[in-house]
Formats: sequence, C-alpha cells, structure tokens
Amino acid sequence: MYAMAIIAILITVALALARALLGPTVYDRIAAVNMVGTKTVLLIAVLAFLTGRHDFLDIALVYALINFIGVVAVLKLVEQGNFYTAGESTEGEKKK
Amino acid sequence: MILETLSWVCLLLGAVLGIVGGIGMHRFPDFYTRLHAAGTTDTLCAALFLLGLGFQAGLSLAAVKLGLIFMFIFVTSPTASHSLANAAMHGGLQPKFIK
Repeated sequence: MYAMAIIAILITVALALARALLGPTVYDRIAAVNMVGTKTVLLIAVLAFLTGRHDFLDIALVYALINFIGVVAVLKLVEQGNFYTAGESTEGEKKK
Repeated sequence: MILETLSWVCLLLGAVLGIVGGIGMHRFPDFYTRLHAAGTTDTLCAALFLLGLGFQAGLSLAAVKLGLIFMFIFVTSPTASHSLANAAMHGGLQPKFIK
C-alpha cells in the first residue's frame, strides 16, 4: 500500500517536473516547483511509515517550512529583480 | 481492521487526487488554469495522505507530527497559490481566453 502511494507521488512529481521544464513563463515553473515541494513532503512522510522510522517526519516538517519560504523568496526575486528593496517606498525612490 | 480500511481509502483517494492534479498541471493551456489544478488538489491531497498515515500511526508522537505537518500545509499551500497568482497578475501575465 505504501509502495502504491509512493509510485503515485512519483508519477505526479514527474508530470510537474515536465511542466517545470516546458513551462513558457517563469510562473509556470515556480508553480510546478511548489507542487514538487509539497509532494516531496508527502513522499518523506510515506517513506517514514514504509521504513518504520518515524523520525523522518521531522525532516518532512522542516521541508514543508523551507518549501514555503523558498517559494515566497523566489516570487519576490522574480517580481522585484533583487532582494534588497523593501516595497513601494523604495521603489518610488528608485524611479527618481 | 476498520482503521486499516479507512487508511487504505484515504491513501488511495489522495494518490488519485495527486495524479489528477499532476495531469491538470501538465495539460491545461494557461498559467491560471494550471494553478487552479495544482492549487486546489494540492491541499486536499496532502490532507488525505496525512489522514491515512495518521490512521496507521494511532495515538502516538508520530500522529502529533503528522498533525503539525497537516496544519502547516493547510495554511501555506493556499497562501503560496494566492501569492503566485498575485505575482503573475502584478507582473502583467494575462489569462489566455480574455480579450
């Protein structure tokens, strides 16, 4: 049963990776990578039960945290072009 | 026995939902439709998987960890989808079928 779940997750990851390679815009790629990250969390959780080592769930929790922060950081980088502008006010100063 | 069957059903539904989301992500014509397929199936797929694993874990520390993972994904997955759509709209990406 766990092997079936892992195979289904791997098929989903393969489809999302194909979209990440094909994707015409950068947002397609980010959405696909976000999906791969969520599925990786589930993969680690299922793997913890398949191997009987429940410590892996901590790794899944940490990976969920890193995935969300990484997606938001990459979105900010794509939207602003850098990491050091804070928001609207500094953008206005840059245009002067 | 009942818990085993419930766990099977949850894992199977989660797997089917995940593959459906992957197919939608791969085949839809537009970024926003792709995000719709990915964003809506992702949360429920994760919830079903973690619920199925929680039935296997029973009342233990592993169930608490699964609950924490579920709560975090339940909050962050729609937030990530929303910020993706927001960034794409702000960046000037138009939906395909709107003139």
